[in-house]
Amino acid sequence: MTALPDFALAGPELLLAVGALLLLLLGAYGGERRAGLVSDLSALLLLVAAVAVIVGRDGTTFDGAFVVDGFGRFLKVLVLIGSALAVVMTRRFAVAEKFFHFELPVLIVLATIGMLLMVSAGDLIAVYLGLELQSLALYVVAAFHRDDGRSTEAGLKYFVLGALSSGMLLYGASLIYGFTGHVDFAGIAAAASAGGKASLGLTFGIVFVAAGIAFKVSAVPFHMWTPDVYEGAPTPVTAFFAAAPKIAAMALFVRVAMEALEPVKAEWQQIVAFMSLASMILGAFAAIGQRNIKRLMAYSSIGHMGFALVGLAAGSEAGVYGILIYLATYLAMTAGAFAVILSMRRDGVMTEDIDSLAGLSRTNPLVAYLLGIIMFSLAGIPPFAGFFGKYFVFAAAINAGLYWLAVIGILSSVVGAYYYLRIVKIMFLDEPKGAFEPMGGELKAVLGISGLFVAAFALVLGPLGDAALAAARTLF
Amino acid sequence: MPLLTLTTFLPLAGALFILMIRAQDEAAILNIRRVALITTVVTFLVSIGIWTGFDPRNPGFQLTETAGWSGSFFAYRMGVDGISILFVLLTTFLMPFCILASWESVQVRVKEYMIAFLVLETLMVGVFCATDLVLFYVFFEGGLIPMFLIIGIWGGQRRVYASYKFFLYTLAGSVLMMLAVMAMYWESGTTDITELVNHPFPATMQWWLWFAFFASFAVKMPMWPVHTWLPDAHVEAPTAGSVLLAAILLKMGGYGFLRFSLPMFPLASADLAPFIFTLSVVAIVYTSLVALVQEDMKKLIAYSSVAHMGYVTMGIFTLNTQGLQGAVFQMFSHGLVSGALFLCVGVVYDRLHTREIAAYGGLVNRMPAYATVFMVMTMANVGLPGTSGFIGEFLTLSAAFQVNTWVAAFAALGVILSAAYALWLFRRVVWGALTKANLKAMLDLSPREVAILAPLVVLVILFGVYPLPVLDATAASLEALLRSVHAAIDAAGQTAAAGPLPLIR
Repeated sequence: MTALPDFALAGPELLLAVGALLLLLLGAYGGERRAGLVSDLSALLLLVAAVAVIVGRDGTTFDGAFVVDGFGRFLKVLVLIGSALAVVMTRRFAVAEKFFHFELPVLIVLATIGMLLMVSAGDLIAVYLGLELQSLALYVVAAFHRDDGRSTEAGLKYFVLGALSSGMLLYGASLIYGFTGHVDFAGIAAAASAGGKASLGLTFGIVFVAAGIAFKVSAVPFHMWTPDVYEGAPTPVTAFFAAAPKIAAMALFVRVAMEALEPVKAEWQQIVAFMSLASMILGAFAAIGQRNIKRLMAYSSIGHMGFALVGLAAGSEAGVYGILIYLATYLAMTAGAFAVILSMRRDGVMTEDIDSLAGLSRTNPLVAYLLGIIMFSLAGIPPFAGFFGKYFVFAAAINAGLYWLAVIGILSSVVGAYYYLRIVKIMFLDEPKGAFEPMGGELKAVLGISGLFVAAFALVLGPLGDAALAAARTLF
Repeated sequence: MPLLTLTTFLPLAGALFILMIRAQDEAAILNIRRVALITTVVTFLVSIGIWTGFDPRNPGFQLTETAGWSGSFFAYRMGVDGISILFVLLTTFLMPFCILASWESVQVRVKEYMIAFLVLETLMVGVFCATDLVLFYVFFEGGLIPMFLIIGIWGGQRRVYASYKFFLYTLAGSVLMMLAVMAMYWESGTTDITELVNHPFPATMQWWLWFAFFASFAVKMPMWPVHTWLPDAHVEAPTAGSVLLAAILLKMGGYGFLRFSLPMFPLASADLAPFIFTLSVVAIVYTSLVALVQEDMKKLIAYSSVAHMGYVTMGIFTLNTQGLQGAVFQMFSHGLVSGALFLCVGVVYDRLHTREIAAYGGLVNRMPAYATVFMVMTMANVGLPGTSGFIGEFLTLSAAFQVNTWVAAFAALGVILSAAYALWLFRRVVWGALTKANLKAMLDLSPREVAILAPLVVLVILFGVYPLPVLDATAASLEALLRSVHAAIDAAGQTAAAGPLPLIR
């Protein structure tokens, strides 16, 4: 252990860290004039990091605190793509709303480093470090539009509740350490399986850790912050929140559950199953009455995290496979949906009212088609991507014998279909209320790519499924 | 040549082509209509190739195609047998008429309309060609999307309500089937239908799976008491949408029972046959009575569809040759007859823009050709010998008689009731004196309408006097299906008799 750790394994993270600092310098010396350049370079940096993740090798470093494996690499690529898309989609909106400063893309990059660390965490210390690095950057990003009361409120709410959840997580981690004597996942797993049955202290630790992570993935009953923060935060920030951090937190949840706490599966399985069920039901019913599209997306994301958690509740290779596919499809659908939300601008004013989409199929048919496809996909209707995500997580649940979870979950997806259909109905069936301003080129590109991905998912399922399967195997 | 894939995806290619047409003037819209018509006609011609390449003596799947998705749970498997080939041809045959029927009646958003119909054709053909459970489900469910838009955009007054109801009802039934599909995968290790029919599922599991599939097919069929979405959807849908709904989409339910419930869960099917008989008889009698009091033509035909589907479910679960053949024939015939009836309603609706029965009367004075077509179809709907409607009803009733006299007796009541509501409808719309002023200017069938209706009239009478082509095509597959079902039931009966293992635990 005297030798230096293998820094090369953490190459993408180091690249981002150094890059972010350089971009900060560029912004600080170049001033606001360079903000656009910083934004473009940030997106580029994130994509380069994604390539570095793909070509990188597997291994463990920093005394087991940092793990690079197929599972982590798959999700890191998703996180990096999610962050890059968020950076790309932010600029035009932020400039129009006059809160575009060079710190915004840099903060997104910094948050992304935290997410990558979460995905790669091999012990509880690394978990906490990654989580905090991510969260601190996110609190600032949420309140970034500081002249706007709602944005500040969102940032403050997120900070207070986020700090509370971090505290719970830390407390749970300390209990786990106290009762197993280890912070590294392999050690915890060995100690937990040695006892045969989880000690009371370990069970308490699991509950607190699960609560802390549930807050980050916004699973019921720790979801309350989500609608408020989604609504209050500037829309591009909401787009960022909806995708990358959720994926990272879900990765963390899976890794902690499957690597450290696998031997005491019975203890956390019912917790996860309950959170999953509650999230699916609440996501389906609470979204019905929403008029604000950002709030709707908040409840929708709660529901989707519930569906992804079905895979974790199954606690099997098939379940992890399902989660990976689900998160990949979720990323594409969220990015596409927010590309449209970000372009809901009429007469120079942004609107978040769902009804303002009325008649979009006639004023802007192509956007309406693509958003329609994304909405059907979110509802889980084949042949679109969302169906396959649901298919694989529910298949895992059936395999694990969680029949009640599968039946209630899938029926709640029918309830959820109602509000996605409502958006389709508003776009296709209602009379137009006037066209939106033309969509920005980069938003068109994001919508087009994600819409095509969602529509033709059946064709890419082959290679993507192979990659996900290989990734899921690395945990077992 | 991958004929099935070609037939399935040709309409989709046509839809993509129409999507490329950007202009919105008259000429462009005419082109859109023409492209849609040509696509559907070519698709029909290609599907004739399936018929000629099909060997009716072979009970298994033919013209099969396979392509794998490695690493995932299912594969792209296509094939047709004696049961599905009929519905593939029925679909491709009816589509050009649907496009023609919408030629003048649809004037708004023509481009989207034609795209929706072509996409729907791809999905409908796919349902009948898929020999993989998940692939079947993808096509089966995917069909909801274009139909939702067709009802919702081009429908009548309460179209939004009807489209929601259609979508959510069907979805709620289907998702349970999806869970059953997964359970079957984990139990048998495959989603290939040809292998699944040979997999002996445990008796208890069969019950659960049977009910999950039943939830989906009963809604789709639709069976009493989950039929209530159908009258709404039919009334609000545009004419061509109603035609497809009645002629093809409803048949997916019966097709599903034949393709999945019977061969894969034979024990549960045998045990639950009385349950199905009860629902079928209630459907036949109750919905016929409901049809009697309808004041809306489309609603009346919709309820009569539910009643006719009752014969289908009854026939399928008699588990004998006449019953199965009768059920398939009834579905095929009902596809032609109900399609033609909705087209007939469409003809007068295009002229008067009301479907209310009371608004009509004495049409025969001004529209003799129309009256003739309507009469033939009414008679076929009643099940008059010499029309295709008779064959299916007769076969299913005689099959039911072998199994349970009471079921047959009550179902036969439906024949009388169907005569009552169908003839009364005809009497009120076509006979009588032409007293209403706005009817006096109505014109008889245009050449386009004649071209749509004449082939259907010919087919309905042809299959009424010469049903052999249809019965021959299905015979081998249905025989094989029945043999495997009865073999499974007998095997289970022997184990039950020999050991303490009860059939139902």
